[in-house]
Amino acid sequence: MTKFKDAGHLFRLAAVFLVGVVLFLIVRGLLVPKSFGQYGHYRGKAIAEIAALPVSYAGHQVCEGCHTDVLDVKSKGVHKGVACESCHGPLAKHADDPASVQPEKLDTAKLCVRCHEANMAKPRNFPQVASEEHSGDAACNSCHQPHSPAMTAGVSQ
Amino acid sequence: MQIPVEGFMYPNEVELQWSVLIVLYPFLTGLVAGAFILASLERVFRVEAVKPTYRLALLTALAFLIIAPLPLQLHLGHPERSFEMYLTPHTSSAMAMFGFVYLWYLLAVLVLEIWLDYRRDIVVLSQSTAGWKRLVYRALTLGSSNISERSLHIDERAGWLITVIGIPSAFLLHGYVGFIFGSVKANPWWSSPLMPVVFLFSAMVSGIAIVMLLYMGMCWARREAIDMRCVDTVAKYLFYTFIIDFSLEMLDLIHRIYEADESFRSLDFMVHTRLYLSQVVLQILVGTVAPIGLLALTQVLKLTEMRRKRIYVVAGCLTLVGIFAMRWNVVIGGQLFSKSFLGYTTYKMGFVAREGLLTAIILTFLPFLILWVLVKLLPPWPEKPAVAMSTAASAD
Amino acid sequence: MNITRRQLLILLPAAAIAWDHILAGTPEASPNYNMTDHWWGMLMDITKCIGCGSCVRACQLENQVPDGYFRTWVERYQVTDWNIEYPKVDSPDGGKSGFPPAKEDVGKNFFVPKMCNQCADSPCTQVCPVGATFVSPDGVVLVDQKYCLGCRYCVQACPYGCRFINPKTETANKCTLCYHRITKGLTTACCEVCPTGTRQLADLRNPEDPIHEFLKTHSVQVLKPYLATRAKVFYYGLDGSVR
Repeated sequence: MTKFKDAGHLFRLAAVFLVGVVLFLIVRGLLVPKSFGQYGHYRGKAIAEIAALPVSYAGHQVCEGCHTDVLDVKSKGVHKGVACESCHGPLAKHADDPASVQPEKLDTAKLCVRCHEANMAKPRNFPQVASEEHSGDAACNSCHQPHSPAMTAGVSQ
Repeated sequence: MQIPVEGFMYPNEVELQWSVLIVLYPFLTGLVAGAFILASLERVFRVEAVKPTYRLALLTALAFLIIAPLPLQLHLGHPERSFEMYLTPHTSSAMAMFGFVYLWYLLAVLVLEIWLDYRRDIVVLSQSTAGWKRLVYRALTLGSSNISERSLHIDERAGWLITVIGIPSAFLLHGYVGFIFGSVKANPWWSSPLMPVVFLFSAMVSGIAIVMLLYMGMCWARREAIDMRCVDTVAKYLFYTFIIDFSLEMLDLIHRIYEADESFRSLDFMVHTRLYLSQVVLQILVGTVAPIGLLALTQVLKLTEMRRKRIYVVAGCLTLVGIFAMRWNVVIGGQLFSKSFLGYTTYKMGFVAREGLLTAIILTFLPFLILWVLVKLLPPWPEKPAVAMSTAASAD
Repeated sequence: MNITRRQLLILLPAAAIAWDHILAGTPEASPNYNMTDHWWGMLMDITKCIGCGSCVRACQLENQVPDGYFRTWVERYQVTDWNIEYPKVDSPDGGKSGFPPAKEDVGKNFFVPKMCNQCADSPCTQVCPVGATFVSPDGVVLVDQKYCLGCRYCVQACPYGCRFINPKTETANKCTLCYHRITKGLTTACCEVCPTGTRQLADLRNPEDPIHEFLKTHSVQVLKPYLATRAKVFYYGLDGSVR
């Protein structure tokens, strides 16, 4: 023991370090979230939390559940592949409570040009017009029916 | 706040992610690693000449290491969650592993080495001082007042061992910071195996420079004669390390220019325009070529003591400017160009803001404050009786 | 799509079940959602993109994306002559309000929608120091908003520029592939509103998903393949000039 007599301070130091490590492990055991490591190096509960976020767009199947009349018209026209909320905006709240949440009336003069204004970068075969020349100030729905916009012999369906 | 963009940048890239605080952080840890390597010159490589700077280098390293996490904490979106890095470190993340390297270096290397080297003085001071200072010293003794020959010999051997472990630890400390940048494959300005090595050598350069300046400054403040043999040796090591550092940086540059990969044109344009002042002027010319040239003069010509001192001070200051500029160019430069290589953005640095210039300035001065406290608590040099009396008179 | 009455009879109950889950206080994934059954990705048919920006707007509304930051955006390319290395690219406000006409009518012009590539070997999750961002068992790269420290390392590590820091939560944020929707049998908001079918959600583990047939019969690419991120957003019709 005489060999270690003069190293007493080193043993005290080692003891301090050891206490520190033990304290750290205790704190760690208390603070690491319980679901951590469940699926990987992350908090497993986070997946469920993200999956539970609120939905804003109902999805066209839900709209079609009630608005079968519109579906009848739309499914025969060139807009059959365009989802309802693409123009009408997110309407999950309306689908949830149709009476109290009314969708906004759309202004076709501003809405339709977002897709159909002529632009060099759009695919050539995509229907696009230079709106100034095409219709001037007139709203698009003064000639086109938005749910089935193709015009036959000058009359829209 | 509209940020001026030239060309095209991915929309989320326009705002810089890492600010001047992240420039400051590698600068501070670099000083730590460099100061420690200088200290180890005496301890392990037995370069007797630099002994007067030994304790000062260790205290400098500690002062800067204590402040180093502050810029990081101020930068985080959620500093209160920063402990998560110790609770659930992601082993594939260089940043997470760095948390442990930092802790290891602070506790197992630096604090331990300082404690072992100062233990005799601590025990003496715990018995000779009074008031709250006495309590501090007594706590530092860990209750043991054994300063026999044999125990001091054990301390010396243990300290030597720790320094031997400490050298690769210091390399790891700052090499890791370089790796944090060098391992990001998404960023061609950063991604390079040379990055840890360049960071390390520039760290050594800055660390040696600051200890040299602090030693000369403190001698002047204490009206002590500067040990020229010491300072000449330190300057010599600064010179050699600088040559290696400069060679590495030139290697990176030449390699880039020669290979001219897809990122080259964009980076080249950036260096010639937005980064011109900080890279070409401050880092290369003012911060590297000039100090190397000045130091070369002292190595080649026989200059008077006064002239050498002046050159060392100027070279030392220019070196620190240059190394800070190097950190700036890496961190900020790496974010000024778009990863599409088609555009550039601008760094809008605030002044009085959490990550602003004022904060960076304050954080740069804080370590000197800590160092002042440490020097008062653990004097690096044996107190002369006259000086001891005057400090005792002025302190209270 | 042409829906017959018979299909409606099948669709309605499915929609009702999905909707039930949405009404019941938006709980977690529907009870029969098994993560290991899915491996999510997306298909982008560039030849159809019209740059209308509907996807950008829908994503912002669905996910409360703050202004000035983008979980998805559209880029417009203008490639003149053979100069594939230096296209002219712009993305005004991420393409949210569409694109004004180009200054000059030259060269090849097209739109490219961008988003998180949901990389299987994701460099962003590799660098996260605490495990706040991760690849879920069904292949979606997500961010744990309660655990993220906001260190921004992941933003630096993403080669595609798809991450940002949400100024309100001060945490990392990015496209979640509308995880809260796809786990309930819905499609992503951007795919829902895309009028031309440019964007299509794909389940690489579902043998009935049309992507399998598409991948067999078309040449597709991913962005920056040399970075080996194993991106899961497949582009059809991608020009060599696209960054």
